[in-house]
Amino acid sequence: MQTALFIIFGLAAIAGALNLLFQRHPINSALSLVVVMMSLAVLYWSLGAEFLAAAQVIVYAGAVMVLFVFVVMLLNAGEEVRTHGSRIAYIAGIPGAAAIFCLLSFVFLKNKTALGTTQLGGYLSDTISNITEISHTLFTSLLLPFEATSILILVAILGAVVLARKEL
Amino acid sequence: MTHLTTFEIFLLLTVLKIAVVLVITLTAVAYTVLLERKVLGRMQNRWGPSRTGPFGLLQPLADGIKLFLKEDMMPLAVERPLFVLAPIIALGCALISISVVPFGAETKYHGVDLFQIANLNIGLLVVLGVTSIGVYGIALSGWSSNNKYSLFGSLRATAQMISYELALGLSLVGVVLRAGSLSLRDIVNSQARHGMLSWNILGGFQIVGFFIYLMAAYAETNRSPFDLPEAESELVAGYHTEYSSMKFAMFFMAEYANMITVACVATLLFFGGANTPFGHIFDGVFATGFIHAVLPIFWFVFKILAFLLLYIWVRATLPRFRYDQLMSFGWKFLLPVAMVNILATAFALAFHP
Repeated sequence: MQTALFIIFGLAAIAGALNLLFQRHPINSALSLVVVMMSLAVLYWSLGAEFLAAAQVIVYAGAVMVLFVFVVMLLNAGEEVRTHGSRIAYIAGIPGAAAIFCLLSFVFLKNKTALGTTQLGGYLSDTISNITEISHTLFTSLLLPFEATSILILVAILGAVVLARKEL
Repeated sequence: MTHLTTFEIFLLLTVLKIAVVLVITLTAVAYTVLLERKVLGRMQNRWGPSRTGPFGLLQPLADGIKLFLKEDMMPLAVERPLFVLAPIIALGCALISISVVPFGAETKYHGVDLFQIANLNIGLLVVLGVTSIGVYGIALSGWSSNNKYSLFGSLRATAQMISYELALGLSLVGVVLRAGSLSLRDIVNSQARHGMLSWNILGGFQIVGFFIYLMAAYAETNRSPFDLPEAESELVAGYHTEYSSMKFAMFFMAEYANMITVACVATLLFFGGANTPFGHIFDGVFATGFIHAVLPIFWFVFKILAFLLLYIWVRATLPRFRYDQLMSFGWKFLLPVAMVNILATAFALAFHP
C-alpha cells in the first residue's frame, strides 16, 4: 500500500518536474512546481516525517509558490520564446547533466554503508508524533544553527523592507 | 460482519463516512445560503426568499436546478485548462478540510472511529495546509479569466489570504501549546474536563487568540467586512466575474464550505468541539446508549450554527474595509497581538504547568 503510494507520487514528482521544463508558459511551469512539491510532501509523509510534509505544503506550496504565481500574474509574463542562440547549452547540457547524475550516484553508492538504509512504508500505522522529537533536537543540540538561521532571516526581512521603501 | 477482515470493515466504513459527510456538508452549504438570505432579509426589514415551499425552504433546490440548467459560457479569451481547473481546486480544498474534523464523541466500531473520517496526528496543520492550497483556486480563476476586474479581484484575494494566514496560524499556537498536540481529537479532549470552564476561550484564557482567529478567518474566507475581492461597486464581481452556471456555483459553494470549515475549527479549538457546556452535571440523565452518542453531535452542530449566524450578523452590520486599512490591520495589529499571545501563553504554561 505505502510502496504503491511511494511509486505513484514519485512518478508524479518526476512528471511534474519534466512538465516544468517543457511548458512554455511561466504560470504552467509554476503550477508544475507546485505538483512536484505536493508529491514530495506525500513522500515525506510516507517516510514518517509528517511535520516536514505539512511544513512543505504550508510553506513551499502554500506561500512561496503562491508568491511566484502572484508575480507571474502581476507582470503578465508572456510565453517563453524559443531561440537557437545558445549552442553551448546543446553541446554541454546533456553530457553535463549526465556527468552530474553519474557523480552523485557514484558518491551515494560508494558511501552506501555510511548513509544507511531506510525502509519504505510502515511508518504511517504508528501513532507516535515526531513533532516532539523534532522540537527536542531543534532546541537542544541544534539550537545555535537554529538561532543563526533566525537572525539571517530577520536580516533578510529588514533588507527587503529597506529596498521596498520609496524614499531611501 | 464476521466474515469481513478488519481492513475490509475499515474500507467500507471509511467510504460510507466520506459519502455521508459529503452529502451532509453539501446540504449544509445549500441551506447556509438560504439561512444567510433569510436572516439578512429579516435584519434589513424584509422577508427574504419565501415563495418556494413552506417558508422558502425549497429555495436551495430551485437555485441548484437553475444553476445546473444555465448555459455554461466559456469566454473566448480565457486560458481554458486553468479556467476549468480553478473552481475545482477551490471547491476541492474547501471540502477536504472537513475530513479531519471530529464531529462527535469518540465512538469506536470495530476499531473505526464513527464520527471522524481521519484522525491525523497533524490534523490542524492539514487544515491550514489545505486552506493555503485553496488560494490557487482564486488566484488562477482571476488570471485565466483574462479580465482586468477578475485579475484585480484575485490579486486582492491572494494578497489578503496570504497575509491573514500568518495571523490565523499564529493565533492557534496558544491552543496547541495548551493541548500539547496537533491532533484535533486531542485538542478537543484537552477541553473536556469541566464543561464550559475548561474550554480554551474561558478556562484556557485564549480569548485574545479566539478574537484574532475570528477576524483572520473572516479575511481568509473573503467574507464581509473583508470582502474586497468581490467588492461589487468596484470590481463587478471580483474573481468569478467570467464564470457562469456550475463553475460559478462551485465558487459559491466553496465560499460557504469554507465558512463551515472555519466555524468547525473555531468550535474545535476554542469551544470544546463536541463536548457539552455542562461538563458532567447531566451525566446521570443522558448516560445511556443512543442519546449519549448523538448528543455531542447536537452540541457540535449547535455551535457551528451559532458561528454561521455570527458571520451573517457581521455581514449585515459592518461596512467594507479600505484596502490599505485591511493590510495594515492584518500586519500591524493582528500579527503582533498574536505573537504576544503566544509568548504570554508560553510563559503561563512554563510557570504554572
